[in-house]
Amino acid sequence: MRSQPEMEREEWTMTDYRVVAPLFIYLALVYLMAFYSNRVLSRTGNFLEEYFIGSRGMGGFVLAMTLVATYTSASSFVGGPGVAYKMGLGWILLAMIQLPAAWLTLGVLGKKFAIVARRINAVTINDILHERYRSRAVVIFGSLSLLVFFIAAMVAQFIGGARLFEGVTGLSYNTGLIIFAVTVIIYTTIGGFRAVALTDAVQGCVMMVGTFALLLGIIKIGGGVSNIVTDLKAIDPALVTPFGPKDFISRPFILSFWILVCFGVIGLPHTAVRCFGYRDSRSMHMAIVLGTVVVGFLMLGMHLCGAFGRAIIPDLTVGDRIMPALILKVLPPYMAGVFLAGPLAAIMSTIDSQLILASATIVKDLYLNYINPGAGKKGNETSRIHRLSFWTTAIVGIIVFAASFNPPDLIVWINLFAFGGMQAAFLWPLVLGLYWKGANAAGALASMTGGVASYFYLVIYVKRLWGMHVIVPTLLIALVLFLIFSIATEEPEDDVIRIFWGE
Amino acid sequence: MMRIRKGILLQDPRFAIANREALYTLVLAFLYFAWWYLTAYGLGSSPVEEYSYIAGFPSWFFLSCIAGFIVFSILALLMVVFLFRDMPLEKPAGDGKGRMDHD
Repeated sequence: MRSQPEMEREEWTMTDYRVVAPLFIYLALVYLMAFYSNRVLSRTGNFLEEYFIGSRGMGGFVLAMTLVATYTSASSFVGGPGVAYKMGLGWILLAMIQLPAAWLTLGVLGKKFAIVARRINAVTINDILHERYRSRAVVIFGSLSLLVFFIAAMVAQFIGGARLFEGVTGLSYNTGLIIFAVTVIIYTTIGGFRAVALTDAVQGCVMMVGTFALLLGIIKIGGGVSNIVTDLKAIDPALVTPFGPKDFISRPFILSFWILVCFGVIGLPHTAVRCFGYRDSRSMHMAIVLGTVVVGFLMLGMHLCGAFGRAIIPDLTVGDRIMPALILKVLPPYMAGVFLAGPLAAIMSTIDSQLILASATIVKDLYLNYINPGAGKKGNETSRIHRLSFWTTAIVGIIVFAASFNPPDLIVWINLFAFGGMQAAFLWPLVLGLYWKGANAAGALASMTGGVASYFYLVIYVKRLWGMHVIVPTLLIALVLFLIFSIATEEPEDDVIRIFWGE
Repeated sequence: MMRIRKGILLQDPRFAIANREALYTLVLAFLYFAWWYLTAYGLGSSPVEEYSYIAGFPSWFFLSCIAGFIVFSILALLMVVFLFRDMPLEKPAGDGKGRMDHD
């Protein structure tokens, strides 16, 4: 009986309709957009282009939001602020390395990427590799590594989402997982890329509102910025330096993040595919500006919440629990629900884009290229492609969903390699393929296989090289392999050069 | 065997503009890196007792993370307004796969 008041305090959120209601309103909105997209889909003349790339119709606002939402995932909302809680302002410095991500991905792949993609009617990243390198091995290796890394990454995102849901609403992990996963799978399956991009745009806005509200609440409760900074200094002066406690954030370490989360991001397939999905060059210009503002705001805001949170709730041992704890402490229940939608949105928007691209890879890159090349060309076969695409999306989603209930060790293990592994596989084949005439299939294949293999090796056996994250040596090895093998073998065919350089 | 000489291949003029714009974004990223590095480590390496403060934040943090964010958002805007060109992205009509007709 003694603990009764405490228990009540723990339980006020438990299925509290004030927390859960905004969440369900939000989920309802997501379903509405999926039905809208499905109606567009049913009227379209080119099913594959509409379902997998939204007929390249994204305007600037949607493009910016979907790019940012895809890019910010569970780690930006839970893991990152959790580390900022322990490391202080130095970890925000690290997070701000991501500021150029929007202008770099859109700018470096650039308009050339968009023009070439239209010439060859590309729908997936592997479509580009297929036309550029004309090699079965490159496309199959690219497709398989994309599928393996995506599935592992999606499972990890589902787990993160369900845990967060559990932590804030008090509903069980499995309930959270079911509500959450069923929503993502349904809207992605029925709405395709258009639904993914539209829901991403809403999710981006939700993330902004949530971040703003939480940060404001924290600064108010902490008695202003000066007070909070003074409190942090009292806890540990290292929290307000760029180096963190015990000089954890060493310079080689933080500098290697310029490769991992800034330049290397150009090679992530699910962000790259957005770089040819926009409507016109004006959309791209607007998205560069808007995307930069939104990425900067979210990264700064979320990590600042985590770092300042140390002054509000100083005694947590597990950093990951700081965000749910702050939400409950700082925000009124209605706002808590809106905020909870923020990280869930971040997670859903990463999963949906990986899910639709995984499905596109299976249908377009593997099935239509190699298993049944004739399908879809004849009029009477198109409805088979429709059904196949829907089912592929749904089945990949269900596999990931099932794996999240009791995640196999193998998947958890592979996820450690997913982010860097995708960069090792795709960064050079995309960038050099666009800008270097000498790039050929032998170079691409050597770079992709050698890059992925050396990344696995380095992560497992070396961990850090001279204080740097091993993505740095990995991308160097992949680059050198690409150059050596391309120079040693024949140049690409004239036809390839015409498509990628000619009029 | 070198089969394609520069003179024979007519380059799409849009690609020249696109290449230049890609270069601008890289330059902007390097400028941001310089700003980020110099403000953070230039001001943040001194002992904590000697820190100065702007708006309650340590100066190194305010300049690198907050001012850097604002300044480079504005620079990104100026870049697309003054250096980027509008261009059609579509393939020319009648050219099914973007290849030359006499192929």
